[in-house]
Amino acid sequence: MDVQAIRQQFPILDQEINGKPLVYLDSSATSQKPQSVIDAVDSYYRFANANVHRGVHTLGSRATDLYENAREKVRQFIHADSTAEVIFTRGTTTAINLVASSFGRSNLQAGDEIVLTPMEHHSNIIPWQQAAKATGAKLKYIPLQPDGTVTLDAVRETITNQTKIVAIAHVSNVLGTINPIKEIAEIAHRHGAVIVVDGAQGIPHLEVDVKELNCDFYAFSGHKMCAPTGIGVLYGKRELLENMEPIEFGGEMIDFVHLYDSTWKELPWKFEGGTPIIAGAVGLGAAIDFLSEVGMDAILEHEQKLAAYAMEKMRTIEGISIYGPEHRAALVTFNLDDVHPHDVATVLDAEGIAVRAGHHCAQPLMRWLDVTATARASFYLYNTVEEVDILVDGLLKTKEYFGNVF
Amino acid sequence: MSFNNLDTLYRQVIMDHYKNPRNKGTLGEQSFSVEMNNPSCGDRVQLHLLVEDDVVKDVKFEGEGCSISMSSASMMTTAIKGKKLSEALEMSKIFSDMMLGKEIDETELDLDDIIALQGVSKFPARINCATLAWKAMEKGAKEE
Repeated sequence: MDVQAIRQQFPILDQEINGKPLVYLDSSATSQKPQSVIDAVDSYYRFANANVHRGVHTLGSRATDLYENAREKVRQFIHADSTAEVIFTRGTTTAINLVASSFGRSNLQAGDEIVLTPMEHHSNIIPWQQAAKATGAKLKYIPLQPDGTVTLDAVRETITNQTKIVAIAHVSNVLGTINPIKEIAEIAHRHGAVIVVDGAQGIPHLEVDVKELNCDFYAFSGHKMCAPTGIGVLYGKRELLENMEPIEFGGEMIDFVHLYDSTWKELPWKFEGGTPIIAGAVGLGAAIDFLSEVGMDAILEHEQKLAAYAMEKMRTIEGISIYGPEHRAALVTFNLDDVHPHDVATVLDAEGIAVRAGHHCAQPLMRWLDVTATARASFYLYNTVEEVDILVDGLLKTKEYFGNVF
Repeated sequence: MSFNNLDTLYRQVIMDHYKNPRNKGTLGEQSFSVEMNNPSCGDRVQLHLLVEDDVVKDVKFEGEGCSISMSSASMMTTAIKGKKLSEALEMSKIFSDMMLGKEIDETELDLDDIIALQGVSKFPARINCATLAWKAMEKGAKEE
């Protein structure tokens, strides 16, 4: 993989921030977009914009074809059986809310269990809290190992025959933990539960085969995988989706509308009420083309090298705490002794380095780590080992700076 | 931007308040408490206010957060102690203006060390850190 050639396809990376070359290490929050994605969205608005599934006119057909082509690209990318199983949403949050509000509320009863882990992002906790409140189901958490992983023993001990739903991140956005989804799915299925995977941090970095994982639902966002914001996907197994009611009603999703009752379109459109994010879907299709051309294997290999190098280098900094397991996705969450992560992020920004600071939408995990906030450097296919060096240099300067002002 | 520019944010006096916070702690039963979070980053300030005849007799704070939010809480509590609530609210208004980069008359009220936070206005992402304690005070004044 030629990183320099890849970087040239991301126009935003070629700029200075505060007089220094931009070092973008916040791809877990949102990734940057390659020229091909920017062009696809631009071209859609220049040549094809119309509403989908309605117009008899030529533009209507162009827009519909582009939108549905994007769905087919997603299907191939995740190895789903059918485009009926690929629902476009606003993002991961909307996708998980759809499962929790529709499948969750109609299948949960008082006493049922929803099993989560403490490493979940808020968007894979709160929808389940709400579903539990509405149905009388209760939440259970699979305890984490000290390094922030889950063992299959802990999974087996937590999931019972009362468990109806297991909701878990493919990859933790804080710890970088890669969860054994296939094995957890097997345990969940043995107890008659379904597994909902928050794939927001998984699919940008790992080859995802929903059939191989045998997950029942897989939710993800486009914007973390080089696509625009505002587009995401809920994959669901057809037989589950067939039996689920829509949660948004209106145009686009109906079959027949009568004065007092209506019927829904078939899958996947019954879940896509209202005019969808057409340009976003087109952009997601282009992002999938881009990632596929580079190759998910090559991306993972590059990122694993970056992660190992970053861990090795960052560990040499005195007074640094690094959270999460050794084997991890390409992100490093850390704290420097006596410097608050906001202050770390501000000093790094002065060096042109963008990192995230705060609770990363994972307050329960922050409590588990016994910290109020952390800083996080997250990498993607366009990052280089030289950028890791710049980060380490920046962190040393941060320490020096705060050492001096005190 | 170089580290020299950072010095406009991290002034010595700010770091002093961060390292040696004034008025950190709790007050007795007659005081009342308000809490304010910055949900986007997790910073938290809990203010304990003892107000008699509309005058802030005593004030202490607890919380956790970055150097800017904690030093601002330390400075704010120092500044409003002994002041009328109406004066404290007026100071809060001046502080907001300062964060917006507006010209302020620093002689108008006894702003003391607070003026050191002026540099925060050049770091838009950090303004909410600086205003957290003031917002808590405003919330407290409203409840009082």
